[in-house]
Amino acid sequence: MNTKLFDYVERHNFIYDLSGVTKFLCFMIAGAAVMFTYDIRVMVVVFVVSIIAFLLSQITFKQIRLMVIYVAIFIAMNVILTFLFSPQYGVEIYGTKHVIFELTERYTLTWEQVMYQGSKVMKYLAIIPLGMIFILATHPSEMASSMNRIGIPYKATYALALTLRYFPDVIRDYQDISVAQQARGLDMSHKEKFTKRLKNILNICIPLIFTTLDRIELISNAMDLRSFGMHKKRTWYCAKKLNAKDYLALFICIALLALSIYMIIFVNHSRFYNPFT
Amino acid sequence: MDWKKCWKFGTKTIVATALGAAIFLVLNMFVKVPTGIPETQVQTCYGVCAFFAALFGPISGALIAFIGHALGDAISYGSVWWSWVIASGVAGCIYGFAYAKLNVDEGVFTGKDIVFFNVVQIIGNVIAWIVVAPVLDIVIYSEPTNLVFTQGAVACICNVVSAGVIGTLLLFIYAKTRSTKGSLKKED
Repeated sequence: MNTKLFDYVERHNFIYDLSGVTKFLCFMIAGAAVMFTYDIRVMVVVFVVSIIAFLLSQITFKQIRLMVIYVAIFIAMNVILTFLFSPQYGVEIYGTKHVIFELTERYTLTWEQVMYQGSKVMKYLAIIPLGMIFILATHPSEMASSMNRIGIPYKATYALALTLRYFPDVIRDYQDISVAQQARGLDMSHKEKFTKRLKNILNICIPLIFTTLDRIELISNAMDLRSFGMHKKRTWYCAKKLNAKDYLALFICIALLALSIYMIIFVNHSRFYNPFT
Repeated sequence: MDWKKCWKFGTKTIVATALGAAIFLVLNMFVKVPTGIPETQVQTCYGVCAFFAALFGPISGALIAFIGHALGDAISYGSVWWSWVIASGVAGCIYGFAYAKLNVDEGVFTGKDIVFFNVVQIIGNVIAWIVVAPVLDIVIYSEPTNLVFTQGAVACICNVVSAGVIGTLLLFIYAKTRSTKGSLKKED
C-alpha cells in the first residue's frame, strides 16, 4: 500500500509559485472548457496547454506513475464498456455511417464511433495534467484557503483542510489495525468468500472508526477552546497574494473557456464537431 | 422527527466531517469487496458514510461523500468525474436525514430505527445512483444511455448492500457503547 500518493515536494518554478487560488481556478475553468464541448480540436488545444504547464511544473514521472496506471485502466475499461453497450452511438450522434469493418450487425466499427470515443478519451486526458498539478504542486495547507477565497464558506473548506491533515494519520491507523488483525489470522485476500470478507473488513472498520470517534472529541474540544467559528470570516496562515503570473495563468484558462464556448455557439452550433457532413 | 438539529454545523460536526471524509478516502482507495461481476465492487466507504451521516446529519454526510470522493478521484486519476462525485454528495445528504429521527448518540437503536435507517439509505441510493448519476453523465459527458443506467443500477445495489450491512452494524455497535439516558438509578 502506497501512503505516499500525496507527495508534496517543495519546488520553485512558474507553476509552483502560483497561488493556490490560481491553480484551483485554472483546474476548474479549464475543466469547464472541456466538460461540455465534444469538439476534439478544442480538447487538443486544452491538452497541449495543460501538457506544457505540466512540463513547466517539473513534476517527475515517479510521482505520477501510479496515477498513470489507474488512468490507463480506467480509460481502457470505459472504451470497452462504451463499445459493448452502444457500438452505434456515434452513428446516432453524427447522423452518418462510414463503416470500417463489420464483426456482426450490431458490432460494426464505424468512423463515427471512433470519433465519438476518441473525443471522449481526449476529453478525459485533456484535463488530467492540470488535475495532477493542482494535487501535487499545491501546498496542502493552501488548498483550503484558496477555496475559501473564491467564496466557499470557511467551515466547509476547514473540513477539507482537516481531511488533508488527518488523511495520513487515518492511513497509518488503518495499516496498524489491518496488520494486527492479519497477525491474528484474519484473511483479507480474495481467497475468502464474499460474506466472510465483508465480516473481516468490519473487524478492521470497527476499531478504525472508534479510534476516529475518540479523536473527533479531542480535536473538536481543542478547536472549541480556541474559539473556532466565533466570527463570520477568518484569516489563513497559508495564503499567497495574486501577482502578474497568476493573472497570466488565469487569462490563458479563461481564453480556453471562451474558445470552447465560441466553438459551441458560433462554429459547430452544437456540442459536437461533425467532420462527416 | 427533529428537522432543526439536521442543519446545525458546529465545531464537532466539522471535525467529524473532516475525519469521516479521511476514512471515506482511505476506504474508497484501498478497501473494496469484489462481487464476482467484473469491475463492480461493494464500496465499504458508503457504509461508513451512512454511519457518519446518521450520527452527524445531512450536511456532514454530503460533505463526507463529496470531499472523500472528489479527493479520491483526484489522487488516483488526476481528474474528477463530477457527475458521480455530485451523486455521492446527494447520497450522503439523503443518508443524513435519518439523523432527524435517530438518537444513536444516546444509545437508542431499536428495530424500528433499523428499518427507518434502511428505508432512508435505500431512498438515498436510488435517487443518487439511478437518477442523479446517470442523468448528469448524459448531460455533462454525453455517455450512452443504456450504459450509464446499467452502471447506475449496479452501483445502487452495491451501495445499498454496503450501507445496509456495514452502516446498520456500525450504528448497532456504536449504540451499545453509549449509555442510555436515564440508565442510572438512585439507590433506595
